[in-house]
Amino acid sequence: MSFIANTPEQQKQMLSEIGLSMDGLFADVPKEFLQKDFNLPSAMSEFDVRNRLAELAGKNHIDLTCFLGGGFYDHFIPAAVYAIIGRSEFYTAYTPYQPELSQGTLQAIFEYQSMICRLTDMEASNASLYDGGTALYEAMMMALRITNRNKILIDDSVNPIYRVMIHSYTKNLSIDLEETKNDQGLANRKALLEKLDENTAAIIVQNPNFFGCVDDFADLADAAHKKGALLIVSCYPISLGILKTPGAMGADIVTGEGQSLGLAMSFGGPYLGFMATKKEYVRKMPGRIVGRTKDNQGRTGFVLTLQAREQHIRRDKATSNICSNEALCALTALVYSSLLGKEGLKQTAQLCADKASYALQRLTAVKNVRTRFQAKWFFNEFVVELPANAAEVAGKLIEKGFAAGFPLSRYYEGMENSLLIAVTEKRTKQQIGMLAEALEAVL
Amino acid sequence: MAPSNLFYTKDHEWAEINGDTAIIGITDYAQHSLGEITFVELPAAQKKLNVHDALAVVESSKAASDVYSPLAGEVVEVNEELSSQPELINQDCYKAGWLCKLKISSPDTKHLMNAAQYEEYLKTI
Repeated sequence: MSFIANTPEQQKQMLSEIGLSMDGLFADVPKEFLQKDFNLPSAMSEFDVRNRLAELAGKNHIDLTCFLGGGFYDHFIPAAVYAIIGRSEFYTAYTPYQPELSQGTLQAIFEYQSMICRLTDMEASNASLYDGGTALYEAMMMALRITNRNKILIDDSVNPIYRVMIHSYTKNLSIDLEETKNDQGLANRKALLEKLDENTAAIIVQNPNFFGCVDDFADLADAAHKKGALLIVSCYPISLGILKTPGAMGADIVTGEGQSLGLAMSFGGPYLGFMATKKEYVRKMPGRIVGRTKDNQGRTGFVLTLQAREQHIRRDKATSNICSNEALCALTALVYSSLLGKEGLKQTAQLCADKASYALQRLTAVKNVRTRFQAKWFFNEFVVELPANAAEVAGKLIEKGFAAGFPLSRYYEGMENSLLIAVTEKRTKQQIGMLAEALEAVL
Repeated sequence: MAPSNLFYTKDHEWAEINGDTAIIGITDYAQHSLGEITFVELPAAQKKLNVHDALAVVESSKAASDVYSPLAGEVVEVNEELSSQPELINQDCYKAGWLCKLKISSPDTKHLMNAAQYEEYLKTI
């Protein structure tokens, strides 16, 4: 117990106070659980630790040209984003425990919520969740609460990382989670509609989906609503600059990963889960919500609202156990979108789509490389079918300076030769050309 | 004063029994303790309840509290007025602020208090 900061002298004193020996104190813990040796390396000096960490960090490839997506995207982040969020008034990840004292923080979250509502075309947003995957899980639980039903349908064109998270969250809950297999890269409508019944709480789909294909789920929303079920759409915020919004499709709950809104691609986060819904479901929405109101002198102010549903008041009956949010990441997303503005977001999205079209054209001109799916529309990501194992090809391209894409075999059977390639506004025509040449060279 | 024609629980619900149906609500003490009521989550029609099952959630600016069923039965009607005017509970908790109507499965009221007993009980808390 050397990590507990009291001296042997103090321990002796405490033990004598309660009249026990150290063995007596831990008598209730079975012997095999009393770990004596944690097999940790011996302590190092600060200098040695720095060297060791630098050596480990040196193994990372940090200067690759990035065509890797799969839910996280290499967008340009204006320097003003860091300058603003780095201000000491903002630079804390936590909403203060007496939140109404921090009017600035609450106003920032309120503006963030308004931005998410405008982006997704929904009526209410919460103050944010941990990441795209946990947001989708929370949306699923919310649908179960709203409908009092037990069955969830999810298509496998939804990000597999999110699906793994949902499976591990729900493994020990009695939820009937049914997965449908995508149809030519698009959500499998036929299978989803066949499985949709009176016990279905929600259909979960993604747009653009994991393969980059773009869809319109208005028909699925109608079908779900006719059966009393909800439609949950996970989406990529930048794409909403030009694509039909989930709100316009009739979605009931919209979630997504907010990393693309000004957050760096750091391995493991912190990222940003966003969630928005219709007004009628706002009381079933997990997490904090900031509202604008007036004080007793008529002055505008901001408060945490609908808190009566949350766990510090409602204990085990709380709407969810989410009691925090990603305040700094939400602020980052707000600052980024404010700097871009409505037109800037539209232009960014259009650039992504145009450059991706060009990249697809250029890459499929390479001998024996073709598109995997015939879907009519895609946004900034697409799947190419290679004449060789995609993971091996991607490995060879790292040596040539490219993070060329995501090999789909990791999550999808029968897709050993498929590579998912993402193109953002940051990629140049020259870089796309160089990737095509490098690909040709390694095949 | 608690109306004399009603039955009461220690959790401050009331029941008005008419034959095989009962109207359920919360008492003046309950509405006063909760403060300004902002939202009521009513049970689904046909929901079957045992004595002390959670029947509804009454939300004020301070807390969201469960309302427990004083009787066993099935929900046959809910007070739809409350979805747009939850303050009816504050204004008139024994009449216009009723929550729902149950078709009761047993006329047994031994576990409930009458108005006089409830008034006595209020003095002890």
